Amino acid sequence: MAIIIDENTKAVVQGITGYQGSFHTERMLSYGTKIVAGVTPGKAGMEVHGVPVFNTVRDAVEETNANASVIFVPAAFAADAVFEAVDAGIKTIVCITEGIPVHDELKMYWKVKDSNVTLIGPNCPGIISPNKSHLGIMPPQIFMEGNVGIVSRSGTLTYQIAYNLTKLGIGQSTVLGIGGDRIIGSDFIDILERFEKDKETDLVVLIGEIGGTDEEKAAEFIKDMSKPVVGYIAGITAPPGKRMGHAGAIIEGGMGTAESKIKALNEVGVEVGKTPMEVAEIVKKKLKR
Amino acid sequence: MKLHEYQAKQIFAQNGIKIPKGKLAKSVEEVEAIVREFGKAVLKSQVLVGGRGKAGGIKLVNSVDEAVEKAKELFGKEIKGHLVEKIYVEEQLDIDREMYVGFTLDRANKGIAAIVSSIGGMNIEEIAAKHPDKIARKTINPKWGLWDYQIRELLYESNMPKEYFKEVFGIIKKLYNVMIKYEAELTEINPLVVTKDGEVIAADARLNIDDNALYRHKDLAELKDYTEIDQLERIAEQKGLNYVKLDGNIGVIANGAGMSMATMDLIYLEGGKPANFLDIGGGASAELVKEAMSIILQDKNVKVIFINIFGGITRCDQVAEGLIKALSEMKVGIPIVLRLAGTNEEEGRKMIEEFLKQTKEEIVLVETMEEGAKKAVELAR
Repeated sequence: MAIIIDENTKAVVQGITGYQGSFHTERMLSYGTKIVAGVTPGKAGMEVHGVPVFNTVRDAVEETNANASVIFVPAAFAADAVFEAVDAGIKTIVCITEGIPVHDELKMYWKVKDSNVTLIGPNCPGIISPNKSHLGIMPPQIFMEGNVGIVSRSGTLTYQIAYNLTKLGIGQSTVLGIGGDRIIGSDFIDILERFEKDKETDLVVLIGEIGGTDEEKAAEFIKDMSKPVVGYIAGITAPPGKRMGHAGAIIEGGMGTAESKIKALNEVGVEVGKTPMEVAEIVKKKLKR
Repeated sequence: MKLHEYQAKQIFAQNGIKIPKGKLAKSVEEVEAIVREFGKAVLKSQVLVGGRGKAGGIKLVNSVDEAVEKAKELFGKEIKGHLVEKIYVEEQLDIDREMYVGFTLDRANKGIAAIVSSIGGMNIEEIAAKHPDKIARKTINPKWGLWDYQIRELLYESNMPKEYFKEVFGIIKKLYNVMIKYEAELTEINPLVVTKDGEVIAADARLNIDDNALYRHKDLAELKDYTEIDQLERIAEQKGLNYVKLDGNIGVIANGAGMSMATMDLIYLEGGKPANFLDIGGGASAELVKEAMSIILQDKNVKVIFINIFGGITRCDQVAEGLIKALSEMKVGIPIVLRLAGTNEEEGRKMIEEFLKQTKEEIVLVETMEEGAKKAVELAR
């Protein structure tokens, strides 16, 4: 089953003629993802890696029945791209773009919320349901189909942990990065809810980092989950008031420390690995039971 | 991007919020001339850090001589690590009462938090803790904006005295407009002062603009004060690298923000201290790796560098190429612990092994990030 995307996902790539869009379209296609259309205003009639390009998302949806979108457009145009996808009837949007103004992100958040659309990101590596579909910029070769779900605010760190699991012979149902920004379309709880319902997922790995209170809120939700959750939190050595790469990774006014998050997770029985390797080992131990 | 008080006040004034009479001075002579004009004054150090007053950065002066003496003290003084180079000279206010109005991004509720307090002057966390009956907070949904009833609720719930309702109502509205118009992450007036003459004036001003929105606010982008940013962080920013200086002795280079933090944390868990956060991002070129090396080498505390790469889009052979380039062009002289995993890992390792046959530099190749952290801590001892 997996969550959010599977073999029935038919995606349009917004910004397909750009360097990033074109490069990653080829990678997604070679993984077997159904990329049915691309959109770049003014480039209708073109093809990118055999994918037809349309001027608008509306045209693309009418012609191809696409039900998902991956956005690679520059930050200044990303909110517009999200609004366009929603109004064209797309139900799942993955926004890779980094550096979007936060006031735009607030508008994006409420637009998708009001329209019952799932937005993953922005500033995220995307989502993969191994052997089914990949929407994003992840290195698909490191994943293996299986029963562990991974939800993360990070990109590379997610790959590292997935790679450790795969090496131990533990596969994944769906792996997704929800994004490193302060305002994102789906937070931990949105994704945990879906993993809890997903028949193919037996355990969830939650990878958090400093900044905000999303992990603390997730802990509240996990209390009532039937499936085990294993955690990792990055940034125990991060100084307060400094932005650590991600716009959202900042300790402000004493809020958002790694200690607070680890404590909240521990309190609801979530084991938090001290290293990415330890996370994989805890997962292995829990699955054996 | 944080604006200085004098810059934020100009913007407040342009948007109809009353501010005290004031002028910026960059020298003792300028302070002297302004105080001669104003009579009594307040000298306010323009440093981008909270709690200036308590740290001795704000001085009341009652004569020109006193102003000269205090200005000499302030210029060149360090306030919480920030050098005073500019002083904002303001008229003294006859303060009857202090209040607070602020807006900030509300991450948890995906909106804008409005905070009003009928007392002010101390930091808002302190007000919230000590006087919960005098502070009110609401989340404004940016889709609908700020409505009058919300302002009324803020005023009633913060127990704002009736006589100030009209004035403060207007200020809340104007400050919200500033928050939206300039795409701020935070803006606040603390204290918002009522003078003995009954005037309501912004005695201080904070305005932090979202860096990602600066392309739409070119006039504000020009106000960025680079002297306030650590020199190495400034160079890194210009090269497109995310670098934060810390006080340890193990230099860190990794790809991805989470990965870079995890690398720092591992060093700490092994008993070492990271010297920095440095994220070379996804798909880094050999050139960028070289730049990253050169920035870290300028930090004289660094005794070992731990490079931790998990290649997804980033290719390990590119990282190896950048490293070899850096080592060929500059003298490193300290050991490097290198972990390359993922895309083109074999090619990368082979390049490094070849290079090691013809260099005196020390590179230790490790298999995992856990092993690398351990090795780096050992070498730093």
